[in-house]
Amino acid sequence: MSRRLAHVDRVGVAERAAQLGRRSIKTTAKQQGIRIAVSVMDLTTLEGSDTAGKVRQLCAKAVCPAPTLPEIPSVAAVCVYPSLVGVAREALAGTGVRTASVATGFPAGQVSLAAKLRDTGDAVQDGAQEVDMVISREAFLAGDDARVMHEIEAVREACGEAHLKVIIETAELGSYEHVRHASMLAMEAGADFIKTSTGKAAAGATPEVCLVMLEAIRDYTERSGRIVGFKAAGGVSNTKAALHRLVLVKETLGDEWLTPARLRIGASSALNDLLMQYAKTQTGRYARGEDFSLE
Amino acid sequence: MTVEPRQALVWDYAPAPEATDHLRLRDRYGLFIAGEFHEPAVPRYEPSVNPASEEPIAEVAWAGPADVRRAVEVARAAQPRWAALPGRERAKYIFRIARLIQERARELAVTETLDGGKPLRESRDVDIPLAAAHFFHYAGWADKLRYGVVAREVAPLGVVAQIVPWNFPLLMAAWKLAPALACGNTAILKPAETTPLTSLLLAEICQEAELPEGVVAILPGDGATGAALVRAPGIDKVAFTGSTAVGRDIQAALAGRDIALTLELGGKSANIVFEDAAIDQAVEGIVNGIFFNQGHVCCAGSRLLVQESVAEEVIAKLWARMGRLRVGDPLDKNTDVGAVNSAAQLERIEELVRAGEDEGAVRRSVACELPERGFWFAPTMFTDVSPVHRIAVEEIFGPVVSVLTFRTVEEAIAKANNSVYGLAAGIWTDKGAKAFQVASALRAGVVWQNTYNHFDPTAAFGGYKESGFGREGGPAGLRPYLRVVR
Repeated sequence: MSRRLAHVDRVGVAERAAQLGRRSIKTTAKQQGIRIAVSVMDLTTLEGSDTAGKVRQLCAKAVCPAPTLPEIPSVAAVCVYPSLVGVAREALAGTGVRTASVATGFPAGQVSLAAKLRDTGDAVQDGAQEVDMVISREAFLAGDDARVMHEIEAVREACGEAHLKVIIETAELGSYEHVRHASMLAMEAGADFIKTSTGKAAAGATPEVCLVMLEAIRDYTERSGRIVGFKAAGGVSNTKAALHRLVLVKETLGDEWLTPARLRIGASSALNDLLMQYAKTQTGRYARGEDFSLE
Repeated sequence: MTVEPRQALVWDYAPAPEATDHLRLRDRYGLFIAGEFHEPAVPRYEPSVNPASEEPIAEVAWAGPADVRRAVEVARAAQPRWAALPGRERAKYIFRIARLIQERARELAVTETLDGGKPLRESRDVDIPLAAAHFFHYAGWADKLRYGVVAREVAPLGVVAQIVPWNFPLLMAAWKLAPALACGNTAILKPAETTPLTSLLLAEICQEAELPEGVVAILPGDGATGAALVRAPGIDKVAFTGSTAVGRDIQAALAGRDIALTLELGGKSANIVFEDAAIDQAVEGIVNGIFFNQGHVCCAGSRLLVQESVAEEVIAKLWARMGRLRVGDPLDKNTDVGAVNSAAQLERIEELVRAGEDEGAVRRSVACELPERGFWFAPTMFTDVSPVHRIAVEEIFGPVVSVLTFRTVEEAIAKANNSVYGLAAGIWTDKGAKAFQVASALRAGVVWQNTYNHFDPTAAFGGYKESGFGREGGPAGLRPYLRVVR
């Protein structure tokens, strides 16, 4: 069966996304926005050089990002490769911060379905409470929607109790219409969250793709009654970018999406910029980088 | 180690009002004639009021018939010298005005918002930058006029009288003055009585730019001033933007006199959404088409024509989107919809909305909190509208959209053209061929495809039918200010 795409106008998307980037977020709204941004953050490390030591340090930062700013909440989750899930889960035990793992041959997903399922199973068995899978772009670009959905459904099953975030890797899909289509496939196939990017592609969670995916969530939730979350990942590297994403969510889906149960921002470097900007709202001076721990 | 509870955090934007302490507005403004501010011959000063608070901002002199005569004499005397300057010399002055508008952009934007009630977001991002862009564009034409009207020798008309409305005060002044000056005319501009302040700041800018005295006069006043101006002996052209009723009166007043005329009048523009449109972007375009500047836009997309197959979806999405509009303090940087320009305009909107209800259309108004003082109207949508209803025919000039449906392309074209007006139209479809087919069948001066209310100094703007005649913007905008010599 040939694919039918809903129309999405590139120019209109860019205009609306830019317009929402011009909202003025000052004083108390900025403080609260920063607290929300931290509370929905998936603090992430996805490097070949990750070690148990690095992950433990990151977990400490996740639980208490800034001891000098007690009103800053813990982040939502720590996101690591499957081999380090056990370390993270142990370090986060009893803190309320969740353990998330990428899986399914992240980031390219160019492995067999069996390997994807084993990858997922390993992560879940080691204690991952959330799994970030990648869709098969190979199948999607070849027009094989059925295989894309089948893989998601299979991984969904392998996740068991764990929450499933489906990465559609927007930068590799070719158009906003395909971004919307992939979002719909992922939601129909049972995703708990849909996520923009791996952070390893040419572009990440641009305001435009965020808007397109948020509108897809709004329409899907309206139609099906099932609530799906959104995760922006890749390129959200500072406070301004994080607040822009929050504005997009607030004005597309509403305030009820501004919670870790429905929204995540995948980031690493943005956290310290959020802390520095928060400190500035209190002291009136820009903080120094060394005022906050690296991880 | 403590763990924060995971409840949803409420988040509202804190008030973000633009500062006003940088303004240097005077308490009182005179008439700008011969490069200086003057007392009117018969002293009459009227307050210009902030429609968001009903507080007076400054007192402004209104010009009487004697002042008009004087301004025309001065403009006549100045015109030959101005026209005799080489084009590139005139261009220097016009470029200077453009740059000074940019330099004083913040002050102009805040003044425009205070005086007229439009959201700062619009005055800052649209009105003022576009006003500067128009001066830049026409400055570039000043030494290329013979290429503006292909292969003909051209000359300026002389003294032009220009009357602009209150919805885009500075921008409309720029639309009028920039081409007139580039072509070598001298100009007498009458701003609207409710929004004279940015025109008076523009007078200061003309002084700063050292524009030769008498090239531009600015005469605030009401309809009586305008009537005196168009009847004044010694003018060579009238350019008017405003209501169709006043346009008719001007045309009658000019009958039998050798005076050129261009009119840009009202509209009831059709915004046509086909079933193959990008619906979410179409909804944004509908919002931008009718709620931009509280709907005080002559080309507002006030007649929404939606294909029946998608009407339910479009209406539901539009209504949801309307609920997210931020209505209130125009100076707040996050405000989307500001104050209605005047008590009189509010009355007109209320009267037509009542007519819509009486005639049986279904009204929905956004339940937003409106400030107690000032003039406000909540964004409103009428569904089940028939082409026979007044709200489908008459220009409301407010934040009110009338939704009608159609079944086929032919019906959409017929319904869109079924109006005494023909200023603008919007077409929303993903099919290029359909867009071209419909655009060429529409009797409207501007047709936007997959966007609405976008303006550019290079593009011609103007009407069909009772929306007026003559074009402003781009090379076409030169023609009404030139005569062909040979």
